[in-house]
Amino acid sequence: MGLRTPFYSLHKEANAKIVDFGGWDMPLNYGSQLEEHHVVRKSAGMFDVSHMTIVDVEGSEAKAFLQILLSNDVDKLKTPGKALYSGMLNENGGVVDDLIVYFLTDNKYRMVVNASTREKDLNWINQQAAPYNVTTRLRDDVAMLAVQGPEAIDKVCSILTESEAAMARDLGVFVGQNIGDYFIARTGYTGENGFEIILPLEKVESLWRGLLTAGVSPCGLGARDTLRLEAGMNLYGSDMDETISPYEANMGWTVTLEPRERNFIGRHALEAQKEEGIARKLVGLVLEGKGVLRGHMKVIIPDVGEGETTSGTFSPTLKQGIALARVPRKTGDSALVEVRGKQLPVKVVKAGFVRNGKSVL
Amino acid sequence: MSNTPSELKYSKEHEWIRIEADGTATIGITDHAQELLGDMVYVELPDVGDQIEAGEEVGVAESVKAASDVYTPLSGKVIEINESLEDAPDVVNRDPYHDGWLFRIELADEEEMAELMSPEDYIELIANEE
Repeated sequence: MGLRTPFYSLHKEANAKIVDFGGWDMPLNYGSQLEEHHVVRKSAGMFDVSHMTIVDVEGSEAKAFLQILLSNDVDKLKTPGKALYSGMLNENGGVVDDLIVYFLTDNKYRMVVNASTREKDLNWINQQAAPYNVTTRLRDDVAMLAVQGPEAIDKVCSILTESEAAMARDLGVFVGQNIGDYFIARTGYTGENGFEIILPLEKVESLWRGLLTAGVSPCGLGARDTLRLEAGMNLYGSDMDETISPYEANMGWTVTLEPRERNFIGRHALEAQKEEGIARKLVGLVLEGKGVLRGHMKVIIPDVGEGETTSGTFSPTLKQGIALARVPRKTGDSALVEVRGKQLPVKVVKAGFVRNGKSVL
Repeated sequence: MSNTPSELKYSKEHEWIRIEADGTATIGITDHAQELLGDMVYVELPDVGDQIEAGEEVGVAESVKAASDVYTPLSGKVIEINESLEDAPDVVNRDPYHDGWLFRIELADEEEMAELMSPEDYIELIANEE
């Protein structure tokens, strides 16, 4: 038996097919992964993401600590609730994890890191925090539910009180606030509008049942993966890891080199990489013909070199095979992918295939 | 619990085989197989006219989750393939034993039929897998 989130019995009740995910017993789907995918593109779906790791960082040096720990600069966060996507790098500039950090109040921040990297991240964070006047607190006393889709905000607001709903509707993109018993944030991993809601354990059942009644469909990890891939969002461990630079993982925008005196972990390695020239990039691939792309397929770019897909799937929205792939920097707009011994032509595009229910190709 | 019709024969690679009145064999994947694979998104079939050998890999069934090779349990010549699956591969999920059939062959060696499994044996096979 694996670890179970506070939603576990509700998943069973909803006929979830449970699988192991990084030591957690999580729902893969509740019947049809494809239907769950489409419901998020067209209406609203909910995902139990309680397995993700929430760490609160508090203390007079919280900001100084995070400015060293993270490649993006928390100094950009000026208003309470505002969030930032960032990498957490090692000294070689490899990605230890990717995360979202919220600025809560002066001296208090909240980080949401991956589930599969929980132990490693906590060790790393605590090790780096030692010289600073900060305390880190693992929030395993809460649960987390993502509600995503064009109707997600309306449906969540329909079960809140009038004043809570007004606050929730006012949230800007990438902002989170305490609203009633919840911490509600306008974030997500699907390319759709919606919320991620952190809640106390005693609210788990009422929120889930309330959203079910409001017409929000439970969605599993299967749909979560096809949705994030269509949105061109990285999955840690597949699209990047400790051996990969953010510059080669489409995360260059999360590296803030100014001001130069902010000496974050990995900075020297990244500066050296820039000096030498970045060799590879992470791109999107779209299969021209029928078929499915998967991770770890060889990509051939005639006259340029070779690369590899890092994740791939069949896009339920586009009805085409899509993938993320790390390829030589000079790769143009077409390539070949080796699929079971055959070389199939693909279009090379920016990572990101679908936004707000529509193709962006 | 998956459905295993009693009038069909089965293979350990989870194909079903129906011997038609004209002596040809229609082949598909079982309800158990489609359940394991999940939502089907792409099916690659042999070409009409191909001569195929029992045990040979002749196609691929791809779901959102995984790609799975399709083997032919019998030798022969492919005389028809289910072309409708090109645009609607999910029929394999909805109706694996009828509209979701994959290909039909003219048998090369009727004695190979003795190698196929009865429904009872197939049910036992999948029970042991679980």
